[in-house]
Amino acid sequence: MQKALTLLDTTVGKKAVMALTGLVWFGFLVGHMLGNLQVFLGPEKLNAYAQGLKALGPLLWGARLTLAAALLLHVWAAFSLVGRSVAARGQPYRVKKNPATTYAALTMRLSGPLIMLFLLYHLAHFTIPGVAMSSSYTHDHNDVYANVIHGFSVPWVAALYVLAQLALGLHLFHGAWSALQTFGLSHPRYNVLRRHAAQGIAGLIVLGNLTIVIAVQAGLIK
Amino acid sequence: MANMNLVLNVWRQKSANAPGQFVRYEAKGISDHMSFLEMLDVVNEQLIERGEDPIAFDHDCREGICGACSLMINGQAHGPRQQTTTCQLHMRSFKDGDELTIEPWRAAAFPVLRDLIVDRSSFDRIIQAGGYISVRTGAPRDANEILVPKTDADESMDAAACIGCGACVAACPNASASLFTAAKLGHLGLLPQGQPERMARTRNMVSQMDREGFGHCTNHGECEHACPKGISVAFIARMNRDYLKAMATQPVERDNDDG
Repeated sequence: MQKALTLLDTTVGKKAVMALTGLVWFGFLVGHMLGNLQVFLGPEKLNAYAQGLKALGPLLWGARLTLAAALLLHVWAAFSLVGRSVAARGQPYRVKKNPATTYAALTMRLSGPLIMLFLLYHLAHFTIPGVAMSSSYTHDHNDVYANVIHGFSVPWVAALYVLAQLALGLHLFHGAWSALQTFGLSHPRYNVLRRHAAQGIAGLIVLGNLTIVIAVQAGLIK
Repeated sequence: MANMNLVLNVWRQKSANAPGQFVRYEAKGISDHMSFLEMLDVVNEQLIERGEDPIAFDHDCREGICGACSLMINGQAHGPRQQTTTCQLHMRSFKDGDELTIEPWRAAAFPVLRDLIVDRSSFDRIIQAGGYISVRTGAPRDANEILVPKTDADESMDAAACIGCGACVAACPNASASLFTAAKLGHLGLLPQGQPERMARTRNMVSQMDREGFGHCTNHGECEHACPKGISVAFIARMNRDYLKAMATQPVERDNDDG
């Protein structure tokens, strides 16, 4: 009898890493959306919120490092598992139907890298002066509100954000439902609710984020 | 009795290491009362009469309980009908003039032996890694001496319906054996007799599943849809839960793990 594999050598263990790091980002996304919705409360509130975050100092860096580590582990698990999956099929089918799965599930390997690219762009957009802002405006580290308004008033930038949010929504929907399975959170009485819960929370995050972009484009906030 | 003519594109491969290819056959005068395997029998008789090699495919009981028959029919394991094995699939599910593509299960852990026959002994090795309970022999014990809650017995029986055909692996976009392994674990893990070895069994069977080169579960649910016994992916959640519990409490083998 061979020795059992260690946790991280098994696919179930790697999926647990994927689910756990995904949940870390899920938590971040909820907070990020709720925090940013303060844009509707006016410049003072949002800028004070941003100052408050910066004042956290080491705590803020702790959160950033946790997120970065979670992202790296998430990507590591993805690469390790996708490679396995391709090898596991070997010769592909000439005809293959997938009647049970969802579009979101089938495109996880596409939505993941797209979100990664968007994340890099999004970070550059709001930290590096001169990236995709409306003309005649220069980035101001102390005026988050103005950065948001000028950043989202460029039509192609707004379109890019909308598309990225749709990819994010698909990824989050399948990710949330998948994480529940991976952790074994299953019960006959609640299983029907799990899919709805995953759809609901992914939908809320996407809608919350989109209202900001759409409100700026529609001229509702200036 | 309606008769139909079909066109078959069948995977032909002389041996495990030989290259294979699709060969086109015409199946004429097929009765809609025939099972899919009987239709192949008719085609094979014609091939034998012409002096050609008949198409090799797995079959045994032909009543949907042995798990021997397989076949990917037009991209679906055991064909288009749910909770039906290939031997239970009738030709009335198809219509005159249909063109069918018939392929073997595709998975690195299920190498093709010949034509449509694959080697599923990787499943046997997963069972050997822990799919049993250890019982001391001795005087016979009273029936119903160990009480089993009705709901547990029912759920365990749902898992025990697995016939080990491998449709779950064939249908899974990742060629994962999660549903098979989870069904075997759920079958024993729900009963009192399965409790002493439950953690070691889960750890060892999951390890063996991965060692065989099956893919991981990405929760598509194709396995459940293709399973001729309708086994639920809830058993996969149960396996994952037990596995994580096992790794938290018994990450390494102990001396009394004879499994």
